[in-house]
Amino acid sequence: MTATGSTITLHGRGLVGGVAEGEALVTRDSISGWGGIEPTGGRIIESRHELAGQSFRDRILVFPGAKGSSGWSGMFHMSRLAGSAPKAMIFNYMNTKIALGVVVTRVPAVTDLDQDPLDVIETGDWVCVDADNGLVVVTRGGRPQTGAVPRQRLDGGKP
Amino acid sequence: MRLTDDERRMRDGEQGEAVQAAMDLLIRYGEVLGAERLVETDNVCGANIFGPRQMQLCGHAGPDAVFSEFSLDSPKPVEITPMRAQSYQLIGPMDTQHWQVQGLSQEAHDAIEESESYSARHGIHLMNTCTPYQVGNVPVKGEHCAWMESSAVVYVNSVLGARTNVEGRESAAAAMLTGRIPYWGYHLAENRFGSHLVEVAEPVRSSLDWGLLGYYVGELVQEGVPVLDGITEVPNLVKLKHFGAAAASSGGVEMYHIPGTTVEARSVEEAFGPRRPVQTLRYGERERRQTYEQLNHTARDTDVDLVMIGCPHATLSQIRDVCRLVQGRKVHADSALWVFTPRAIRQVAEQNGYAQILRDAGALLMSDTCPAIGQFLPKGTRVIATDSAKQVHYLPAIMKVQGWFGSTTECVESALTGRWQGELR
Repeated sequence: MTATGSTITLHGRGLVGGVAEGEALVTRDSISGWGGIEPTGGRIIESRHELAGQSFRDRILVFPGAKGSSGWSGMFHMSRLAGSAPKAMIFNYMNTKIALGVVVTRVPAVTDLDQDPLDVIETGDWVCVDADNGLVVVTRGGRPQTGAVPRQRLDGGKP
Repeated sequence: MRLTDDERRMRDGEQGEAVQAAMDLLIRYGEVLGAERLVETDNVCGANIFGPRQMQLCGHAGPDAVFSEFSLDSPKPVEITPMRAQSYQLIGPMDTQHWQVQGLSQEAHDAIEESESYSARHGIHLMNTCTPYQVGNVPVKGEHCAWMESSAVVYVNSVLGARTNVEGRESAAAAMLTGRIPYWGYHLAENRFGSHLVEVAEPVRSSLDWGLLGYYVGELVQEGVPVLDGITEVPNLVKLKHFGAAAASSGGVEMYHIPGTTVEARSVEEAFGPRRPVQTLRYGERERRQTYEQLNHTARDTDVDLVMIGCPHATLSQIRDVCRLVQGRKVHADSALWVFTPRAIRQVAEQNGYAQILRDAGALLMSDTCPAIGQFLPKGTRVIATDSAKQVHYLPAIMKVQGWFGSTTECVESALTGRWQGELR
């Protein structure tokens, strides 16, 4: 495991553009939208989910993908309008629920990363998502002391 | 994504702003999926009914604004034109007959009623059920559809051979307006073959058995296409309805094969086609018991406040079965028995006298909605019981109640006695 403050860059496919940074909330359980989240507070409510009771509001949600009811997009759409959406989404498995979900949530989203984000990112890490360039920069152990992650890390070191 | 000339004209606004917004959404969605193109569809099932909550989030700007935001992801309100494709409303938030039992305010009732009439004016058929396939929308093998409702999608893909992914509110509404949906996933023949072999070593006979098997399979295969080997008794619509709904709740199953029964596989070999199973699962007595315990893990108290039958919406055969159990008896004073069915079937249940039998027993035959979708329960409900693995998966989470899962007979008995006495047999 890398030391606190060190950074790791992952490369993948940006789906919905934009840049966002924040604290990671990581789960190995897929997420249900309808019946799995409460959109007003952005809270996971599925009773057997490892994040049951926790909120993804203003955090970078890192998860395997979407499961369950077709109401997935509708619930995340509602969380955006209620101001409780995650800041960005990083996931592994594509399906129609997550595809439509990231489109209507309108936050930066990245998939197909070159390392498994569930192995690399831990809850509490500081994560910058640059979905325009398909980049994810992970800073171990929380927000870097000296402001934001250097810009060159976000655009892959290009000048 | 590659667009036809007709699709480009829709995108460029030649058919109006609503079609343009719909095409914009389909393009954004299709590109995230990695779809190469769209496919034509004339069979769309969606959910566009809105109530006071959506009205309020749109600043009470009127139904076109609510449809634009919630059904098309268009922050700019556009004038909604008639739906191009044959379009159907799925299960909604309100029983137009028993809305007061649901605890809806007059304001909520009026808003939902106005939303229904708005949908109807735009050419959306008000089926108001999660089971369109039992009331007249029965797609044929190979028909490209755009359906929401995971339990209905898995049914029409697997049992009937229709081709649809699980769509969402926004993509379904966009398909209604354009007659298009991304050509991706289960629209392509090569994605419809099996991925997991399930060796069923335990007899699967009752609806409860099928619900348990579905919940087990979904949890383990997640997004896979399970192939069931070892089914010795031919199931029926009710059993497959329970199986698919359960598998789509614990996991994300949108397609399965039961060789010899479902339409796209006469044999295990045909079910897998060119693929090989990524995993073989064995479903035996132990797996069955573990699944039963998982489904009952929220339940502790045996005083049952509500019994819910009809998730997915009950067939006429299920209503008859409940009637035979309650005829000449009364639902316990501290309990309630609610049976949910499509509106069209409730009409037949009236004609047949089933509705009267239920009324005489103190039970309620409801339509158009369910406690999970409409988020309602009898006042003070702490414990529910249901014969649906799907409902017991969702309702405790949504409504913060305890949930028992058991056979239809056990559930109805618990409504008559007020006490849960179910056990795995």
